[in-house]
Amino acid sequence: MSAITAMDGVAGPAPQDLPARAAFRPVEDVVRAFVVATMFWGVAAFAAGVFIALQLAFPILNLDLEWTTFGRLRPLHTSAAIFAFGGNALLGTSIHVVQRTCRARLFGGDLMGWFLFWGYQLFIVLAATGYLMGITQSKEYAEPEWYVDLWLTIVWVAYLLAYLGTIMRREEPHIYVANWFYLAFIVTIAMLHIVNNLAVPVSFTGTKSYILFSGVQDAMVQWWYGHNAVGFFLTAGFLGMMYYFIPKQADRPVYSYRLSIVHFWSLIFLYIWAGPHHLHYTALPDWAQTLGMTFSIMLWMPSWGGMINGLMTLSGAWDKLRTDPALRFSVTAVAFYGMSTFEGPVMSIKPVNALSHYTDWTIGHVHSGALGWVAFIVFGAVYYLVPVLWKRPQLYSTRLVSWHFWIATLGIVLYITAMWVSGIMQGLMWRAYDELGFLQYAFVETVAAMHPFYLIRALGGVCFLVGSFIMIYNLWMTVRQPVAVAAQPAAAE
Amino acid sequence: MDATELLAVLRPLWSVWFMLLFLGIVAWALWPTNRRRLEDHGRIPFRDDR
Repeated sequence: MSAITAMDGVAGPAPQDLPARAAFRPVEDVVRAFVVATMFWGVAAFAAGVFIALQLAFPILNLDLEWTTFGRLRPLHTSAAIFAFGGNALLGTSIHVVQRTCRARLFGGDLMGWFLFWGYQLFIVLAATGYLMGITQSKEYAEPEWYVDLWLTIVWVAYLLAYLGTIMRREEPHIYVANWFYLAFIVTIAMLHIVNNLAVPVSFTGTKSYILFSGVQDAMVQWWYGHNAVGFFLTAGFLGMMYYFIPKQADRPVYSYRLSIVHFWSLIFLYIWAGPHHLHYTALPDWAQTLGMTFSIMLWMPSWGGMINGLMTLSGAWDKLRTDPALRFSVTAVAFYGMSTFEGPVMSIKPVNALSHYTDWTIGHVHSGALGWVAFIVFGAVYYLVPVLWKRPQLYSTRLVSWHFWIATLGIVLYITAMWVSGIMQGLMWRAYDELGFLQYAFVETVAAMHPFYLIRALGGVCFLVGSFIMIYNLWMTVRQPVAVAAQPAAAE
Repeated sequence: MDATELLAVLRPLWSVWFMLLFLGIVAWALWPTNRRRLEDHGRIPFRDDR
């Protein structure tokens, strides 16, 4: 192992690697556009999150308008975070990574890249405006109606073709592990999206449609989709990011390439079966619930595999964490990945789920994954990418990255601890009986008891939002710097 | 026994076949003679710098 890690020079590639890349010219304008879109939608998603968090604490903020009620803004927030912020980050980084690790230009070139970019932005705008007008098929994380679903299918198939085409024309004989994860994300999301949105429109000029399935079958298809959106969109895709950007930032190969193979296949074989844990104690047959729970617990295997592999890549280079706060984002993301994918299987155990389900605990769990893992791995990757893509010598200010890191981390800690306390309290209050066997608390009493925690949660969200503004300022100033001069490293700020 | 009957026998045991396939992949990944070649793939991200 040490022999392999020692082989890497700090600056530039080894001489024997040079001849292969003569004609390789990657598509980069599109990747830059995706990075800008990632930051734009990120701020939109975080701001929407802060606003709806405040709505829960102060219902008057619903403004007594149908367009601004919590019910319509909540899918706006989740879709903006997952599909707009996360999706743009995944599309952009995957196009960057597949070209670099295959040493091949994107299949379809600039035209394909720009179609993917604008096609995906159109999907986001169509979906988001629909939510505000009350157009929804009421399936969580799959709210867009049939016409938006069809458009996304076209964009996604083009994305799959572009990705496969790039891999097929690769110069590098082996397909690097990051591409395996990205490809699993693309293929599985295509399958999930199509099956979960099999719907019959009422008319071709109207927005309303009816889904093909009904009753418990509909619920099972929805959560087969919903959980694998977590598994393959928010996990596999971002693991692809981890396997490329952490080695690049730490300037050393991944800790164990063989472990990454085991990590990949254990994730692929297990994740797809975990969906039924969203339907514990429902009309879903008991055996299916137990199956979902069992597979969820087995997911500890890829969870630990991935976490060990990401963190141990730093072994022998831990000092970089002190000097490179952008790498600190990526590594903290892996720690949050380990933590939230430990918590998830615990919550899928039926007796635990009896307490946690429908409470704020679930919201806290989702945000330790979404803010701690997904957003942090994106921040780390973007801080690395901007100087690379815009050919700048370095970031404008590492101090500002450090500020962003600590303020965002504080925000996450406030958020998830508030939701743990609030959620467990809520669950315990719901199941409390008095000596005569009556429920001890009315629902509204639980809402009143949660109020202080809602305020703490909103404060955590504000911290996270402020951090993202610091990041945008820093990136903006980085791009405004003069272009890198190859021979002369610029002085520190 | 034709193919349809054989499928009917094998299909209920899908979890066993998947498990064997997975264990095969693990054995291949961890096989000592594959070590050097597989770990070398970890250097691919460092061959892209222009």
